[in-house]
Amino acid sequence: MAMTMSILAQADQPTLFQRLVFDGTPSLLVQLIYGFALCATVFLGGVSLIAMFSIWWERKVAGHIQSRLGPNRVGPIGLLQSLADGAKLILKEDLVPKDADKLLFRLAPYLAFAPAFAAFLALPFGPDFTFEPRLSVGVFWILAILSVEIMGVILAGWASNNKWSVYGAMREACQMVSYEIPLGISIIVGIMAAGTLNLVQLGHMQGGGIHTWLIYRNPFVFLAFFSYFVASLASNKRAPFDLPESESELVAGFHTEYSGLRFSFFFFAEYAAMFVVGGIQAALFLGGWNDPFGLIGYFYREWTIAENWMGLFVLNVIGAGIFVIKAMGIIFVQMWLRWTLPRPRIDQVLYACVKVLLPMSCVLLLGAAVWQWLIIERAGIPWRDYNPWNFAEWVRAGLTGTLVTQVILSLVGIAGFTATVMWVLYAAASGRNIKQRLTDPDPIVQVPANLATAK
Amino acid sequence: MNAIFAQLPEVTPDNVSAALFYLFAIMSGASAIGVAISRNIVRTAVCLLFTLVGVAGLYFLLHAEFLAAVQLVVYAGGTLILIIFGVMLTSKSPFSRFEPKLAEVIIAVSIASILLFALFIGIARTTFASNPIETGIYPVDRLGQVLLGDYLIPFEVVSVLLLVVMIGAAYLAKGRKREEDETSKTTTMSRRAREWS
Amino acid sequence: MMLAEISFGVIGLQHYLFLGAVLFVSGLLTILVKRNAIGILMGVELILNAANVNLVAFNAFSHGSGAGGLRLDGQVFAIFVIVLAAAEAAVALAIFLNFYNNFSTIDVERAQNLKG
Repeated sequence: MAMTMSILAQADQPTLFQRLVFDGTPSLLVQLIYGFALCATVFLGGVSLIAMFSIWWERKVAGHIQSRLGPNRVGPIGLLQSLADGAKLILKEDLVPKDADKLLFRLAPYLAFAPAFAAFLALPFGPDFTFEPRLSVGVFWILAILSVEIMGVILAGWASNNKWSVYGAMREACQMVSYEIPLGISIIVGIMAAGTLNLVQLGHMQGGGIHTWLIYRNPFVFLAFFSYFVASLASNKRAPFDLPESESELVAGFHTEYSGLRFSFFFFAEYAAMFVVGGIQAALFLGGWNDPFGLIGYFYREWTIAENWMGLFVLNVIGAGIFVIKAMGIIFVQMWLRWTLPRPRIDQVLYACVKVLLPMSCVLLLGAAVWQWLIIERAGIPWRDYNPWNFAEWVRAGLTGTLVTQVILSLVGIAGFTATVMWVLYAAASGRNIKQRLTDPDPIVQVPANLATAK
Repeated sequence: MNAIFAQLPEVTPDNVSAALFYLFAIMSGASAIGVAISRNIVRTAVCLLFTLVGVAGLYFLLHAEFLAAVQLVVYAGGTLILIIFGVMLTSKSPFSRFEPKLAEVIIAVSIASILLFALFIGIARTTFASNPIETGIYPVDRLGQVLLGDYLIPFEVVSVLLLVVMIGAAYLAKGRKREEDETSKTTTMSRRAREWS
Repeated sequence: MMLAEISFGVIGLQHYLFLGAVLFVSGLLTILVKRNAIGILMGVELILNAANVNLVAFNAFSHGSGAGGLRLDGQVFAIFVIVLAAAEAAVALAIFLNFYNNFSTIDVERAQNLKG
């Protein structure tokens, strides 16, 4: 349907890919076939690759936090562990419980995976690397399509005919639906500062360097980033809100009865949704595909005017790499929290949502609205409408307030980020000598002298 | 390569939008009939999910993108979850089903088919003052301006109504305990335990 | 006679109205046939969706710009209908839960206290 929008809007400039590959605008049938082929190969392959990398990384991070090494046998540092896991899951016996509703049992994994995959189509990996750049409701579309995933999880719990699965499914539905409210309001705070829902426009707006990133636009958006982060943890059923799949309580929650390939769908869906949520945060708050100096925005403008298509392609690839790194950073913090914090009860989870996060996000919404009313902000695209590094010109244009706010907040952000990175590196370096041994110990050939023997 | 493409049927934007319309229309229509026909209540809910998603796709084709996203968030991700919760809380087993009497089914089907026939004839014979669908993409900010400009009073009234509904539904759903259980529990439990039981 | 002038290639207003009619009749059939109260609620949701499809279809196929710019009345009506449908589903489910607590069944055939 998104491709229809691009097709029905006639008289368009050919996109970057169409210029590079087809040398102009190809016919509609070729466009359709190309679109489907792109979806089937690049997107599906990319999603699987990201999910498999995340699974390996989670186990490594878990291991290092728990003073052990994690997977290190299969592949160089255990990198092929996910492949081995995938092969094992495919070869397992396909079990359907005897009294389960067979049709719904089989349908549920696809209902859980399809929305997470569909959300990838809107993520802005690069200014020309977005599948549909004209989707005018980009952020809201991702939020909407992730809501359909709740239904797949509920069906999985219900169709298993297992009372613990039903408990997991009901807790999950409660939690995910409740946390959608602070999630949506936090997104609205960011969108209000930006003025557009289109993800590609958001990326262009943040292309002037770190002080133009949306998270530093005003302090309320800065706090909204954190409230969005917490709400997205709960919306992803991610620890510390992982009651639906709480390993120590419900065996595996709503996917207890699933084994083999069906279970791997849920697993992929969880990590794909984690990447999508991290991607939204990267695109909306952290500058998307832009680097902290604004170089990508600058060269994008220069080379678009000069029509340097290969240069633009290279820029897009670099931007996609930056976007993936930012999303992976957020995923790392999610994994870090999972293996650090204990798990609250369901009523505590809902208390945190309704009595803490919801009032906080409403206050942030009100505060952001009042801030934007009182302090004039710089509208326009960096490098196209104004020079973001020419601070004197900001002051001359009468925008001192917003400049000071943005610079101070970005300094706070850089300081916090540097502190966190130093802390993680220190923990990794100082934990070296308390890890378990890597090789088998030497065999004991003689009883030690201090071993008390029974007389 | 071009010779192969030349033999395929001509693909125009109209064809593509027609194909997408038939896809979503068949998905919604068949699922709607499935809602009416299916006997297991959970399967009815799954058919309703497909109907709602199909209607959201149709909204995309009708250039109502924001409305499609609202439909998915509120209907498929909110109201349907609420309905499924109701199903789970009120059904005694996953396979319980209530069969209607045959006479009722015959009367219902005949009423429905007469109504369908009448609607079809009415739609087919009316000439509507319609223009071809516009190919521009409707901007979302225009919808925001209209909601808070021309339709401000209904917007505020709806927000008050939602508040009233929240309070009312929470009060109604709290329910009262059945009479015979109260006396046995009052002596041994604290007040808080009694509240939570 | 009636279908001759409705083409299958170009989608017009009448195609969407046919679909709206099918959805409406399915919702009506659901309300008449189901004995589970929540099934009846699902029929009501289908009817509301049919009305929404009609509203948005008329909005898309009508004159594009009115006095103040682009006309979006149908979409605004549809948004309000969606909001009210959600509110009504919440209240209806609260009532059904009370019904279940009192009669220990969700079958509407049992709601006969006012009979006779």
